[in-house]
Amino acid sequence: MESVLTRAGLWFAALVLALLAVAGAVDTPFAIQMGIVAVAACLGLWFTLRQPDYDAIARGILRAPADQGRYDDDVIRWGVIATVFWGMAGFLVGVLIAAQLAWPLLNMGEFGNFGRLRPLHTSAVIFAFGGNALIATSFYVVQRTCRARLAFPGLARFVFWGYQLFIVLAATGYLLGITQGKEYAEPEWYVDIWLTVVWVSYLAVFVGTLARRSEPHIYVANWFYLSFILTVAMLHLVNNVSLPVSWLGSRSFSAYAGVQGALIQWWYGHNAVGFFLTAGFLGMMYYFVPKQAERPVYSYRLSIIHFWALIFLYIWAGPHHLHYTALPDWAQTLGMVFSVMLWMPSWGGMINGLMTLNGAWDKIRTDPIIRLMVAALAFYGMSTFEGPLMSVKSVNALSHYTNWTIGHVHSGALGWNGMITFSALYYLTPRLWNRERLYSLRMVNWHFWTATIGIVFYAASMWVAGLTQGLMWREYGADGYLVYSFADAVAAIHPMYALRVVGGLLYLSGAVIMTINIWRTILGHSREETPLGQPAFDPAKDRPLLPATLIAH
Amino acid sequence: MATSFAERHRTIERNITLLAVLAFVVVIVGGIVEIAPLFWIDNTIEKVKGVRPYTPLEQAGRDIYVREGCYLCHSQMIRPFRDEVERYGHYSLAAESMYDHPFQWGSERTGPDLARVGGRYSDAWHVQHLTDPRSLVPESIMPPYGFLAKHELNQGDMRAELATLYDVGVPYRKDQIAAANDDMAAQANPDAPGAADFRKRYPTAQVRDFDGDPAKLTEMDALVAYLQVLGTMVDVNAAAANETLSKEKGR
Repeated sequence: MESVLTRAGLWFAALVLALLAVAGAVDTPFAIQMGIVAVAACLGLWFTLRQPDYDAIARGILRAPADQGRYDDDVIRWGVIATVFWGMAGFLVGVLIAAQLAWPLLNMGEFGNFGRLRPLHTSAVIFAFGGNALIATSFYVVQRTCRARLAFPGLARFVFWGYQLFIVLAATGYLLGITQGKEYAEPEWYVDIWLTVVWVSYLAVFVGTLARRSEPHIYVANWFYLSFILTVAMLHLVNNVSLPVSWLGSRSFSAYAGVQGALIQWWYGHNAVGFFLTAGFLGMMYYFVPKQAERPVYSYRLSIIHFWALIFLYIWAGPHHLHYTALPDWAQTLGMVFSVMLWMPSWGGMINGLMTLNGAWDKIRTDPIIRLMVAALAFYGMSTFEGPLMSVKSVNALSHYTNWTIGHVHSGALGWNGMITFSALYYLTPRLWNRERLYSLRMVNWHFWTATIGIVFYAASMWVAGLTQGLMWREYGADGYLVYSFADAVAAIHPMYALRVVGGLLYLSGAVIMTINIWRTILGHSREETPLGQPAFDPAKDRPLLPATLIAH
Repeated sequence: MATSFAERHRTIERNITLLAVLAFVVVIVGGIVEIAPLFWIDNTIEKVKGVRPYTPLEQAGRDIYVREGCYLCHSQMIRPFRDEVERYGHYSLAAESMYDHPFQWGSERTGPDLARVGGRYSDAWHVQHLTDPRSLVPESIMPPYGFLAKHELNQGDMRAELATLYDVGVPYRKDQIAAANDDMAAQANPDAPGAADFRKRYPTAQVRDFDGDPAKLTEMDALVAYLQVLGTMVDVNAAAANETLSKEKGR
């Protein structure tokens, strides 16, 4: 009872503080954001006082099986649903802003312009879709590989809901025009502080569970998850040092300016890719690929080498975002050299994943989930080859500022991050809900093909667009003058922008298929369908060809 | 050798503290080596004349530039290539963004670079272009920003904003901070009583009505004032600047 009172008191205090902030806010957007916080505090207070039966709610809404008493999977089930939901939101906004670039009439005024929707898209896919996938899978993997229940179950729930509040605050903030103006670090100071609290709790739950392990060794997937959580904490704290204009307002100014600000931002930005979208997802890969293939990881030694090499080298690569800028030359060159070296550990990870299928390659034909994983690893390998290539200064001179970069990013994000997440979701859903199998494996196959063709459309159109831009901008005529105006290059890539929308739509429709599939699996349905990849076997035909003369008789 | 290496790694795998500490040590090295020197190596930012903090109106315009996400499509960083220098002007200097909190160098050119857009077009062109981009550039895919001309400029207390910028390292003087609110209005209205004082505080600033509507101080005024100052502070063609730049080496 006392703990209920204390918790209710805390929620009430949060509610009062949020309402005071609404009243005293110096700008309207800040008041709206604090209103959202007040609503969240109200919900917390209501749930604390009503003391509802959480298990009953979970069984009702989530159709979750009763707690088996083995692992703490509630928060992971929520995470699976959140991943699907935010993924759909992020892909949808992505298609919309892609269409805005092809047909600018689709810009919808103040709150629906490209400039405000673009951070909504990037944050929704990276932090909401990717982040929820990482939190859910890391909680799943760490329990299984440590053979221990989640440490601090209450805190784990706080991590999940606190992270959703972070997403809602960030997303509504972008629409209201609240931004720090740094790519992938757009949320303002108070949202950053909130994320820090959530992230430290995440670290505590993860490390606490590792500490409770009953296995002597920490499994390799957890090394990657751990380095991802630690490094993201460091990047977030350093890059977001800023001073608010008012403690009751949304605007703040970064502590860094100009050239130093640029390098710190891209040290952060590149390692958001390196640790959020690579190390964390490699953790996912190291658990789900061996499990689905039913084969051990290919090489233990390779995983050691590529883990330490990857986390050491990635941090250095940031300056390749600033080639030929006012950043000192020595820093650019250092960034380039390390980016090229990074190719090796990246491919170490890809090889370790792909070769895990040794002896099980036939599963690519029979198991569409394995097919998603192999495609994810192949895209990982391709984009980690393309990345070092683009970080070479002379290549970057052509590719920088063009859509080549956008194509590169999406072959990694849609191919690697998207597909490995989809495969993990397909692996997790039947197990978390105690279902015999997925609703439909054939739908997974459809998802695989729509997504793959979508990525091909996307990446190919953006490569062409990028090279077109880069070459047109630097084209000189025989008379020694620039041949094209900037607007000429914009007009030239219009068809590519349109093709990109097609690719995005395909990828989105694949995600719709997945949403239906996962939804029906949760409901406990299974689709009647012919099993995949079972070629017909006719024993009568299983014999050598008889000489023609014999048949004739 | 190989076995002993794997054997030795087992110690790390069994000890969560050791694993976490080692991983953290490994990831901080790169950042320290690359970033820290930028704060103390002398020649990171070349010393050129002319760079000054933004006026309150320009700073308000910059806030709007950030708010609307202009940096997502427009870079402010001209690279030292023949085609870029011919298209956009002299390559960007580190000094030109030394008071930019945050920097707005950008990473994409969905639209053209804006590092030296100041003074290239008239105010009226900017207002028309921001209101209806395709009326001036038919190929343009820029969103329309006509609503800026309808919004009265309300950026809160500019004195607090300049004071905050001062705290993070922008060298505003006390009198500039104290008069920030009046200065913001005065820059867009040459007939205002404070205009003369404003000129004294910011001798190189441009004073005029920017949005074509002298009756109102709008967000359009602020954004155009900001666009018109971009890249104009350093006279890159002056002999002194060229002398400084010609001595640059190994930066």
